[in-house]
Amino acid sequence: MSGSAAGEPENPGRRAFLGTGAAAGSALLLGFYLPLGQGAPRSAAQAGGQRFEPNAFIRIDRQGVITLVMPQVEMGQGIYTGLAMVLAEELDVGAEQVVLETAPPSDKLYGNPIFGLQATGGSTSMRAFWMPMRKAGASARAVLVQAAAKMWNADAAGCRTERGEVIHEASGKKIGYGALIDHTAGVTPPKDPPLKAVGAFKLVGQPLKRYDTPDKVNGKLQYGIDVMPSGVKFATLALCPEFGGKVDRVDDAKAKSLPGVRQVVVLDDVVAVVGDHMWAAKQGLAALNIVWKSGPHATVDTQEVWKQLRTAGDGEGVTAKAVGDVNKALSQGERVEAEFELPFLAHATMEPLNCTVHVQPDSCEVWVGSQVLSRAQAVAAKVTGLPLGKVTVHNYLIGGGFGRRLEVDYVEIAVRIAQKVDGPVKVVWTREEDIQHDVYRPVYQDRMAASLSGGKIVGWRHRIVGSAIIARWLTPAFQKGVDIDAVDAAIDLPYEFSDMRIEYVRNEPPGVPTGFWRGVGPNNNVFAIEGFMDELAKKVGQDPIAFRRGMLEKNPRMKAALDLVAGKAGWGQPLPARNGGRTGRGICAQAAFGSYIATVAEVEVDKSGEVRVHRLVSAVDTGIVVNPDTVIAQLQGGLIFGLTAALYGEITVEKGRVQQSNFHNYRMLRIDQTPQIEVHLIPSGESPGGIGETGTTAGPPAVRNAIFAATGIALRRLPIDRDVLAGKKDAMTGKKTA
Amino acid sequence: MITLRINGEDRSVDAPEDMPLLWVLRDIVGLTGTKFGCGIGQCGACTVHLDGKPTRSCLLPISAVGNRPVTTIEGVGATPAGAKVQKAWLDLEVIQCGYCQSGQIMSATALLTTTPKPNDADINAAMSGNICRCGTYVRIRDAIKLAATSAAPGATPTSSTTSGSTS
Repeated sequence: MSGSAAGEPENPGRRAFLGTGAAAGSALLLGFYLPLGQGAPRSAAQAGGQRFEPNAFIRIDRQGVITLVMPQVEMGQGIYTGLAMVLAEELDVGAEQVVLETAPPSDKLYGNPIFGLQATGGSTSMRAFWMPMRKAGASARAVLVQAAAKMWNADAAGCRTERGEVIHEASGKKIGYGALIDHTAGVTPPKDPPLKAVGAFKLVGQPLKRYDTPDKVNGKLQYGIDVMPSGVKFATLALCPEFGGKVDRVDDAKAKSLPGVRQVVVLDDVVAVVGDHMWAAKQGLAALNIVWKSGPHATVDTQEVWKQLRTAGDGEGVTAKAVGDVNKALSQGERVEAEFELPFLAHATMEPLNCTVHVQPDSCEVWVGSQVLSRAQAVAAKVTGLPLGKVTVHNYLIGGGFGRRLEVDYVEIAVRIAQKVDGPVKVVWTREEDIQHDVYRPVYQDRMAASLSGGKIVGWRHRIVGSAIIARWLTPAFQKGVDIDAVDAAIDLPYEFSDMRIEYVRNEPPGVPTGFWRGVGPNNNVFAIEGFMDELAKKVGQDPIAFRRGMLEKNPRMKAALDLVAGKAGWGQPLPARNGGRTGRGICAQAAFGSYIATVAEVEVDKSGEVRVHRLVSAVDTGIVVNPDTVIAQLQGGLIFGLTAALYGEITVEKGRVQQSNFHNYRMLRIDQTPQIEVHLIPSGESPGGIGETGTTAGPPAVRNAIFAATGIALRRLPIDRDVLAGKKDAMTGKKTA
Repeated sequence: MITLRINGEDRSVDAPEDMPLLWVLRDIVGLTGTKFGCGIGQCGACTVHLDGKPTRSCLLPISAVGNRPVTTIEGVGATPAGAKVQKAWLDLEVIQCGYCQSGQIMSATALLTTTPKPNDADINAAMSGNICRCGTYVRIRDAIKLAATSAAPGATPTSSTTSGSTS
């Protein structure tokens, strides 16, 4: 993998070459970087017969090299391989016959249809690009077939394709796609190319080794943080430790005297030290005496945030969905209420935030890993005042996104610093800055109310109180006061109720920036719905799975997942303690991101309240599975990401400052705490669902419910409070017990 | 100038004595496979081998390296254990984003070098210093076990019980 500035193209990986004669020529530049100006699709005629570019995603050259341009960014979720499989399937080429390139910034050519923007997030990639990619592949294939037929004076219907060749059945003639490119001029691509029948798939559904992993085992793969443009300097920065604070003054005498320190850049809200290497920059930063000017949020603390949020939740919200007469229904039968709360969270991607920038009078070059490439380009243009065309952005594979790199704050800051630096500068955030200046998963409160009659739920009200990320991030999608992300998986929950209302109350925490975090809106909603379900099941004395099944008559996919997981997990069978603690199984049924997932957790709670998750079992119906191994990997990883949140995750604020700073006090799950995880895929012919977020939202409620089963204690907030489980604190009030 | 022996080659570097090996490798020598994750020895992304032992390079001043050989992710594949681990990592498709995996592979290789047949407790002890945010731990455990039972890639079978050719 190579950025342009890194010079020579590097090892292309194990599947990058087609044949052996194809190892030279500029069109064969390997790696995922697309040379500037070659991203625009051109018709075969425009390409002068040199290349066949039927659309923005496919390029075939005379030597037969098939290049697939990836509109979505790879950050470990396997989307490069998944999308390439779909394209290759309909183009009818082998997976090893293609090379991949990263798309350049362009909403027009590479925008995610779900957002109308070049964005990778929300488990949308496969959902959004499944049909566009199939059509792109099928259309290109149809043109190649017609070109061959024309050349042979044959009927296109008598031709078929296989592994990059058109074959004329009657005569046995064969021709490779590369040899056809001179004959594609004048062939009109069909509007609705015939797509393969699902049963005819050769690649889709088969486990395929990923394209991006071989260079990740030997240190060869370059992430944004590894970029080394010629003459690059290294910078690290400090933002005001208090939200909203500014720089008052800086004494940089000592820093500037340190060896390797080249420059101190002082901006309105950030101070950066530029040096010959990161060590010099870090040492320089530590030697600065920075006096900050407090802003309006210098007094914010978490308690104040919660108070404000809870008060906001007292009022009725905007109706996001209403069925029947919920007020009447709630006045009948036995009424149950519960409030569920989730804390601020940081993303803590393993690759700390970084961005390398070279600003010159008439150009700006940016090297970055971003989930929103066109926005990265736009913000660089805005800061520099240059037209978009003068801003080159090289995207890199990402060392963890999880929503953090859906923001471009780190690009903007790097460009502002680079404006003061002669030559390219790599701006790398320390882990401390990364944790303390994140765009945080918002705090949420979910107020649940239900009425029970005859062992069934007869009324359901769910009030979601929290930040409206959509209002900031995708403003046109924020309509009528409802944040479609905040209510996701609540308005379309799997259960059937005759009378229900889902409300949304927007409440923005003072001073604390909020954004998307793996699992997005369904995080709080699935936690609240599934936690509440277990409490209701207990009220009516029913088994949690049986109780849910009774409300899934019209949702066979969810029901099938529940049934499968119950069997695989040994639901209802004895669960002996391994370490003398209290044991229990918990269920989570989740219909979100277009996937139906049932998960069972097995936990053991010891006397001190420590929770050990021994086993997680998920049954997954995510529609047509493109790459089964990737789906399983995403579930495994997502569940672990969710476990970290459930067991440890909390960002707190005091006097305007985030109190956590690094992995010692913002803990991550480690291998010794990782449970056995089993993932069972359910065959389906439905369109593919999303998968990257799903485990993250499914894990915490399953664990919470397992703790409920083990201890009888109904936890209402995360992370898990060990004192409550040890009997030292009350679960509802949070007050210490005698 | 300080001379370091990195992946079998002597490299003279002009760097302050207190500069951690991590930044010397990345920013001076240009071996960027070793990653910066936390800077405080909490995450293991910067793990290298110092005389074969797994070491957090973010906290190791180069003055403390002395003449002990340094092996990084770029060089570990030349060792039998490193090659086995890399192969097992790919065979089981351990990797997601991959950022932490240099450190994971270095820790796993060191484990297999000293403990050729590790049990779960051995794996926990050796690997719990390495954080993976993507959550690849299940496969890391499986891949270590696979590597422990496999021959080094390309290795010539020496045991008479091994069948097949030596290709």
